Amino acid sequence: GRLEAVTQQMGYHPQYLDSFLKTQHYLMHMDGPLPFDCRHYIAIMAAARHQCRYLVNLHVLQFLRAGGDPQWLRGLDFIPPKLRNLNEINKILAHRPWLITKEHIEKLLKISEWSWSLAELVHAVVLLAHCHALTSFVFGCGCEQDEGPGGRGLLKPLSPGNQCFCEATAGNGCSQELLRINRKRSLDSCMELDSLRERMQRIHVETEGREEMRLLQQDREEGEGQEAEVGVQDGTEHRSDLSVGLSHLADTDGEVTSATNLACYMQDPDFGYQDFARRDEDQTQVFRVQDYSWEDHGFSLVNRLYSDIGHLLDEKFRMVDGLQSSAMAKRQGCEPSVFKRGIWNYIHCMFGIRYDDYDYAEVNQLLERMLKVYIKTVTCYPEKTNSEMFDRFWKQFKHSEKVHVNLLILEARMQAELLYALQAITQYMI
Amino acid sequence: MEKMARVTTALGGNALTGRTMFCHLDAPANAISVCRDAAQVVVAGRNIFKIYSIEEDQFVEKLNLRVGRKPSLNFSCADVVWHQMDENLLATAATNGVVVTWNLGKPSRNKQDQLFTEHKRTVNKVCFHPTEVYMLLSGSQDGYMKCFDLRKKDSVSTFSGQSESVRDVQFSIRDYFTFAATFENGNVQLWDIRRPDRYERMFTAHNGPVFCCDWHPEDRGWLATGGRDKMVKVWDMNTTRAKEIYCVQTIASVARVKWRPECKHHIATCSMMVDHNIYVWDVRRPFIPSAMFEEHKDVTTGIVWRHLHDPYFLLSGSKDSTLYQHIFKDASQPIDRANPEGLCYSLYGDLAFAAKESLISSDSNRKPYIGDRRHPIFFKRKLDPTEQFEYISSSSALSVFETDVESGSMDWFVHTAKQYALAGRPLAELCDHNAKVAKGLDRNQVAQTWTMLRIIYSSLGAVSSANLNHSMGKGSTALPLMNSFNLKDIPSGLGSESRLDRSKGESRAENILMDSSSTLINNEDNEETEGSDVPADYLLGDVEADEDDLYMMDHENPHAEEQEYSLPQEAFPLRHEIVDNPSALDHLQDKADSPHVSGNEAETVSLTPVESFSLISISHSLYENRLPSDFFNPIVRDTLLFYAEQGDVQTAVSVLIVLGDRIRKEIDEQIQEHWYTSYIDLLQRFQLWNISNEVIKLSTCRAINCLNQASTTLHVNCSNCKRPMSNRGWICDRCRQCASMCAVCPHGGKGLFVRGGCPPSPGVFQRWFLYPPDKTPHFHPNETTLAWLHHTYPTLPPPQRPRAAAGVHPPPRGGPVLPRPLVARHAQPGHQRLHLHLPGVEPGRTRTCRHRRGCGEGVPGRHLRLLPPPGKGSARGRPLSYWCRDQEPDDVLVFTGLFPPPWIKVVVLP
Repeated sequence: GRLEAVTQQMGYHPQYLDSFLKTQHYLMHMDGPLPFDCRHYIAIMAAARHQCRYLVNLHVLQFLRAGGDPQWLRGLDFIPPKLRNLNEINKILAHRPWLITKEHIEKLLKISEWSWSLAELVHAVVLLAHCHALTSFVFGCGCEQDEGPGGRGLLKPLSPGNQCFCEATAGNGCSQELLRINRKRSLDSCMELDSLRERMQRIHVETEGREEMRLLQQDREEGEGQEAEVGVQDGTEHRSDLSVGLSHLADTDGEVTSATNLACYMQDPDFGYQDFARRDEDQTQVFRVQDYSWEDHGFSLVNRLYSDIGHLLDEKFRMVDGLQSSAMAKRQGCEPSVFKRGIWNYIHCMFGIRYDDYDYAEVNQLLERMLKVYIKTVTCYPEKTNSEMFDRFWKQFKHSEKVHVNLLILEARMQAELLYALQAITQYMI
Repeated sequence: MEKMARVTTALGGNALTGRTMFCHLDAPANAISVCRDAAQVVVAGRNIFKIYSIEEDQFVEKLNLRVGRKPSLNFSCADVVWHQMDENLLATAATNGVVVTWNLGKPSRNKQDQLFTEHKRTVNKVCFHPTEVYMLLSGSQDGYMKCFDLRKKDSVSTFSGQSESVRDVQFSIRDYFTFAATFENGNVQLWDIRRPDRYERMFTAHNGPVFCCDWHPEDRGWLATGGRDKMVKVWDMNTTRAKEIYCVQTIASVARVKWRPECKHHIATCSMMVDHNIYVWDVRRPFIPSAMFEEHKDVTTGIVWRHLHDPYFLLSGSKDSTLYQHIFKDASQPIDRANPEGLCYSLYGDLAFAAKESLISSDSNRKPYIGDRRHPIFFKRKLDPTEQFEYISSSSALSVFETDVESGSMDWFVHTAKQYALAGRPLAELCDHNAKVAKGLDRNQVAQTWTMLRIIYSSLGAVSSANLNHSMGKGSTALPLMNSFNLKDIPSGLGSESRLDRSKGESRAENILMDSSSTLINNEDNEETEGSDVPADYLLGDVEADEDDLYMMDHENPHAEEQEYSLPQEAFPLRHEIVDNPSALDHLQDKADSPHVSGNEAETVSLTPVESFSLISISHSLYENRLPSDFFNPIVRDTLLFYAEQGDVQTAVSVLIVLGDRIRKEIDEQIQEHWYTSYIDLLQRFQLWNISNEVIKLSTCRAINCLNQASTTLHVNCSNCKRPMSNRGWICDRCRQCASMCAVCPHGGKGLFVRGGCPPSPGVFQRWFLYPPDKTPHFHPNETTLAWLHHTYPTLPPPQRPRAAAGVHPPPRGGPVLPRPLVARHAQPGHQRLHLHLPGVEPGRTRTCRHRRGCGEGVPGRHLRLLPPPGKGSARGRPLSYWCRDQEPDDVLVFTGLFPPPWIKVVVLP
């Protein structure tokens, strides 16, 4: 029972965690149109768009475990054209989902040796959206960064486990004791994968060597982090200069590794988010939820082509909507539902999704600047999230509330991507 | 209903005419509504709000209500409704949450009348009261419904659904005060317009959002709902609980439902996604739409019957920016294209298949079905005069396929199951015994397998000493090498074994031919076989005359002979290659083209007809090389897999049990479990309870083993009041009586009731009837024990009577002596009784009861003890734990006709 960083964070909202894990498990490990190794590779591609080393590592291991061809890990140039073709919509969905059109869909589905089936495509799209959104969460909750200096208490990362979150959750309480044991064990559990590692090594000894080093370093460092954590819990903020220094070293080192590692999964790395509003204001381009909503349209389509996923996603969206946040809202001086809706609509607004029945002036009243900056960063370019931002965002709020905001971001972003992608598919089908 | 009547007469004098037609709109429509005179239709959408008049053969735009240079969101309509009493009155639901009313009588260009901005979210639906001019109802995404009086500025009342978004609201047509609301969470609520505090009733209609509902225009109680779960359901609301009376499964989420006027059971639906057609269903025939309109190119968003009393004209608006008038006679009727068929199994396994006569080719072989004359074969449907479609009189043919009694017989299975020995003797003996059993039933292949297993796994020394004499090197001509290898077995048994999927359904004789030819083909591909030095001739030379017919082919084709005899290598394929020429093996493996479905490497090898060595040489080398016995495990595993795949799970399981640990680890645990469950299931189907129990007991799978420990608790009902008894098994809490009476004596009792037994109340005789071990008692299932004792038992001729054993049984102190499950079996009316079958009873033996409470130890007379299965220990918390354990299986007996059979052992002590 190894507690995973993401699981650990989401564990603040157990009902949600449950439904999240169900979805993750269904997407990755249950019946579906795509072969298992492809699923993990798509997840790698998606996470790489945001340079999320954490998710990439996780899925690389799983990819190999699912019997994936290690050659593929050398980058997009080494994968079958069919998968490579997906890169285009991966890029668009990750950064500017409003650009996706039925032509993109048509291109993928056009009959050829490498054509996708509609069901496969829908599976892939859900996977992409899921992983993009999860990246936001990973960065937003600090699961990605190595130990940052000071004060983040429970926001300690664990190196990505060798298991999917959904597998590793049997009967876990979030007890600190367990966590500590787990951290100690993390090195051992890495050993299990030696055989996989060997396979990886055979392909690119050099990079892998660095990775191994990094992992070891990370683990060693986590050990120290643990002591530091005890210090924090004692209420005194003193940490030894040494450990701070070390962690900084590790940070920079990790940065470099990740950059070299992940670039191979990406094409056109400069393509990034661009403000939707800054484009020339064209009313027809705005996505109107009243014309294409998840409940009425998206659900039916996705459930039709990839059975049961609709219900799981639906449950997840409902769950995040139903999370209790009254304390948080009260501090902001408004109703919980109003507050949640504000965040949700603000995120959708960044992707050009508008609600006829919402007065967007409300957003400015509800959300203070720092919070808005935080939300925008985490949503649009999660890789730029840094610890300062995290610290300054909402000092007055409890940790679980911060996680709640991150969950809202995760789900809103996922729904936004899904809406655009599914609308394009619908248009294609007409 | 005066108003309605007037409309009807108006219609009568002025019948609608028209044709299927459409017009282009400028923008996608979200909803449409008709004026009461059926001459005008309003179309509303995000960017459109227009009124069209419906002419004879075209739509003519009458009025554009969307005015102003840059129309506000108030014009973006989610829904529109035209008042059915006032031709000038319209209402729209705007996507921004505003409810707008429009007065066409206004002189200005802008006809906007009132603006209600009370809803916080998008308004999904507006609805006018059918008879009240000024009453308007709205349902919104924010979960509220509001009722407006058009003469006032604000809403008169607000209804809170206390749940998620309201998707539809509809006033009941007949009940003045009632309206229905449907919700995104699947609920439907009924409200009284006068009571805004709470709903009258609520029920869950769908899984997921209920997008729409419609009251039946005539039948006051019927409400149709359509949901995202692709269902249309019709609810009867007259009863206290809403009752689902019809359900239609469509192929996409249901966006709108509209009852068809004048047709009680017809309903029109359209979908929100993917499916662009409009369907008209007869709710009594839910599998195929009775009519279908396929004109639209994008999803249909609004459907409305043009006139309240005219069933032939349907208007529809769509996202493809068209407005259509559909005429019913132009509709396509899917039923015309359907091929009605029926398929059904009879009680006795006969299969009946009915289809249109034209579809079934006349087959001269068919004999007329002489069915059960008690039942009429032909039915005539009484035509419903209100039915719109005439039913074409059709003829159909009914074919009945009867099971061939001969071929379906499973006697061999039962016999095999009964005669197989699975444990308790040395392996070699078991194998021999089973081989004999199989052979006795003409199952030569299986017999052969057993023999081979014996050779493989029983001690090498014993076998080899026999074989040594016959080894090829000595040139012996005595053919039968090992105990039961004789030539007759080899070709037929192995021949059919190797048929695999090439000729699954063929009979055995054909297989041989098939085989030789198929292997021949393989052989031609493979030169090495040709070259190998085969002792086939030699084998053949010894064949006796009567076996010649089996080898007819072979005589004509000398190569084929080799194949016949090459097949035995299946069990010993690698021998020479490993010893002499290991490189050749790899080569062969690469080349081999196995026809087997699950061909893994080992199988591939075993199937290659390459190495043609006789059995003789094999046994010889077997001796010489002293192969470890697990050397053959992969092959044995493949054999088992093969049998299981062929459907003969019996052989697979039996071998598995007999070989035990020798083979267990070779086979996937789950596969084993699967075999076991299949076999046990089969055994129980044939009511071979004892054998299935034995199999369960012998199985090494934990999942199977514990089958016997499940369901050991039985719930007891009082025989007087029929209520479940809670804590004690013998006294009913309610009627304060002893729940069951003794079958023999007039007293009530507690404890075990067995056939002929009576509760161990003091001083009462307990009687046991013991059948000899080889005899299974036959009890009539509908006869009580007492009846058996009084009626059947005395009539039995003395030799056939079971041995009666009686004894005074003083009950142990406190509590029931015997576990309750057995009591229940007896006490519950209609339950199967416990049949004690006592094979191998040794009443002479005594066991000391080690039970802490004692059970009458030392008291003369017979004691009955219930024991948990050997090795299971005492089942904690169960009555069984009261009883002593006994490890020796011989003197213990059980058996019951219960399912699942509890592993309770009964020991009879003197």
